Parts: sequence; structure tokens; C-alpha cells
Amino acid sequence: MKPPPFEYRVPDSVEAAVAMLAEGGGEAKVLAGGQSLVPMLNFRLLRPAILVDINRIPGLSYIRDDGDVIRVGALTRHYQLETSPVIFEHLPVLSAAMAHVAHLAIRNRGTIGGSLSHADPAAELPMMALLLDAMLGIASPQGRRSVAARDFFLGALSVGLEPDELVTEMAFPKLPPSIGWGFEEVSRRHGDFALAAVAATLTVRDGTIAEARIAIAGADDRAVRATEAEALLAGRALDQASLDAACEAARACVSPNTDLHASSDYRRHLVEVLTAKALDAAWRRAREAA
Amino acid sequence: MSAHTIRVTVNGAAHERSIEPRLLLADFLRGTLGLTGTHVGCEHGVCGACTVLVDGDSMRSCLLFAVQLDGCSIETVESLGTLNDLNPLQQAFREHHALQCGFCTPGMLMTATDLLRKYPLATDEQIREGLSGNLCRCTGYEHIVAAVRAARDAR
Repeated sequence: MKPPPFEYRVPDSVEAAVAMLAEGGGEAKVLAGGQSLVPMLNFRLLRPAILVDINRIPGLSYIRDDGDVIRVGALTRHYQLETSPVIFEHLPVLSAAMAHVAHLAIRNRGTIGGSLSHADPAAELPMMALLLDAMLGIASPQGRRSVAARDFFLGALSVGLEPDELVTEMAFPKLPPSIGWGFEEVSRRHGDFALAAVAATLTVRDGTIAEARIAIAGADDRAVRATEAEALLAGRALDQASLDAACEAARACVSPNTDLHASSDYRRHLVEVLTAKALDAAWRRAREAA
Repeated sequence: MSAHTIRVTVNGAAHERSIEPRLLLADFLRGTLGLTGTHVGCEHGVCGACTVLVDGDSMRSCLLFAVQLDGCSIETVESLGTLNDLNPLQQAFREHHALQCGFCTPGMLMTATDLLRKYPLATDEQIREGLSGNLCRCTGYEHIVAAVRAARDAR
């Protein structure tokens, strides 16, 4: 229950950090908030030779209103996202989701870049990145690139990140005030990983849904978008028939695991029920804003 | 692995120590500084017993390396009050029988300290959600919730 020895490096810039990662040649790991990494070290599930602690890199923690997008630096802590007035105004569904992330002591330390890079299938942030069509900024010794969240998550704890790459930023397109949203989660205790969570946004014009977005966490090897359910809702009002069809499609698009906490069938059931609740809330908010 | 020198302030007192990078903050506080008020339960961030404040924010000291905290200010349960001069939160725990064996209590107190600063805790549900990251195997939590409710009202 004590971590194995490692060499400790403290870069003072993103460029220095990725150079250290490249030098480590796969033996180096990034230490950000450490809220997932350190337990794995304590259990000795990982034995990296080098830890590159990015916490002292200046300028990586910010929440910035940048025209059509909100930019969030990789070192931003979950608590900052949860309580940011900018996020509350332009991405209220994200504020709601962040309150479900673990416990205060974890939210105080855990970073958004770490949560995205770790990619737990039941974590809220990867799911919100998918829901909100976020773009992720990534740095490497070769320079910077940008990747859509939908192309980033590859599977359980697996993302499209080379060993010498570092997530530096996530950029969310702002939600217009008229959009409706809902976020629903069931976990055994508040703050535990979701048994299942569903988030939805609805753009409603003239009483019908112009665009629906539905993201699901905890019910597959990664967070997923329920694209068939989204397509079924387009052009329709949210009534019992369209709601039932969307929930059935959402249920059908996931392949949950059975584990100690819940069976696969139960998780599917949750996806159906939570999709209905999230869509109901989104529809109500969109109608109220209209 | 090479030793690193850190300077930290713990409960107002400055300390300088040379440490191995893998030394957890919990073990630094207990073993290196002899501040055994911080308890170590699970050592993987689940039980909350080792919660301390780092620059004012509650954090799990089993999920931080002491080497990361060079220049930081740390507060442990020893900072709150003394046997003969409990602080208001400790007094509330005492009056409401919010502890039995006491193992979880340092983490409960430090977590509640941060919760009381940051959240309205208007309802018992919110208090329970706030405390949900701290395990207690004796009390059944009712009296801990009552103590935090009393501390909230006295805030």
C-alpha cells in the first residue's frame, strides 16, 4: 500500500513536460491531480520509472470566455469547474454534472485534463466532453494538435494519446440560453462512480426538436452518444411516443458490464429510466426558455 | 532515488525536511513530523480518514506526495483545538456524540471544516452528500450529521 520508488520531475512549461515524457520513452507518467494515478501507484498496479508533475506549470489552470467557446485549462480542478459562474451561465449542464464528481476532497485536487486522460467509463467529464462536442488541445514535442472528444476516447481507460503527449485544454462550444438540458445519475453513494448517468440537451424550435444530444456514462467500455435516439427525436415534439422510442434506442445502444455494484440488465434499465428523466428535464427547460 | 528538500508550513509552523519522492503526505505528517492526529485508513482515497487542508482546501493526504507540497501550507486536525479548548466544530461533535472509536474523526472534522466554508449545507441531504466521502463504521452517521448541522447553525 505504499507507492514504488520513482524519479520525480517538475517541468515549468508544457514544452519541458512533453520533452520529459519523450525522454522517458513510455516509462514516464504525468502526475496531475493524482486522484486516480496515486491509488494505482499505492496498489502497485503501475510502476512508472518517472513521474512528471505538471502542477507547477503556470498558465494551465483557467476558465476563459472566448467568444463562441469556453476554454478550460487542463490543470483546472473539478471544484473550480463546479463553482465557475462562467460555466454556470454558458454550460449549466456541466455545472450540474460536476457536483456528482466524487467528493469535495477529490474535486479540490482532481484535474479536468487528468479525468479526460484517465477516461474511466463511468466518469462524468468524458461524458460531458462527448455531449457538448468539446475539442481537446494536445501538446507533444512535435507541436500542438486539436482533437474532437468523439475521436479521443477509445475504450476503458484508453485514449488517443501518445506517451509523449499531454492534454492542455478542453474547449466547449457555448450552449445558447434557449437550449434545454438534463443530467441524471444513479450511484450507490453520492460521489461514487455512476452505475449509469445520462445527460441530454434539446434545441427546440417552433415546438419541435431541432437537435437532440444524449450522452451516457457507466454503461459501456467508454462514454457514448446515443446517436440513434438523437436521430429519432429530430423533428418531433417530446411526447410519450417519441420519448419511449428514444429511451428504447438509448437502452439498445449500450453494452454494460455486470460487476459487484450492478448487473448488466440493471444498468440497461437505468439507462432507459435516466434517459427519460434527462429528456423530460431538457424539454421542460427548453419550453420555459422559449 | 534521490532525496528532495521541501519547506512546508504545517499548522503554522515551518518545517524543512529531506524526503524521498514517493513519501505520501499522510506518512510525512505522521512519520516524519510525528503529527499522528491524521489517520490512515485505506491508503487509496476511499475512506477519507487522512483528509487534511492544503492551502485551505480539503484533500486526501494518502493521494498526495509530500514532495509536491514544497511551499504549501497544511492544516491537520491538530490545528483545530485542544483537549481543554475544543473549537466549535469539535465541541459540536462532542455534544452530539458524533464519534465512537474516533478513527474517522480527524477526517470527518477536516472535511466538515471545508464543507462549512464552501457550501450552504441547507439540508440534511446536502450534509450527507458532503460527508459521503468519509467512512465511519461505528456511528451510523446520524450523530455526525447532527453535529455538522449544529456547527452550520452556529456558523
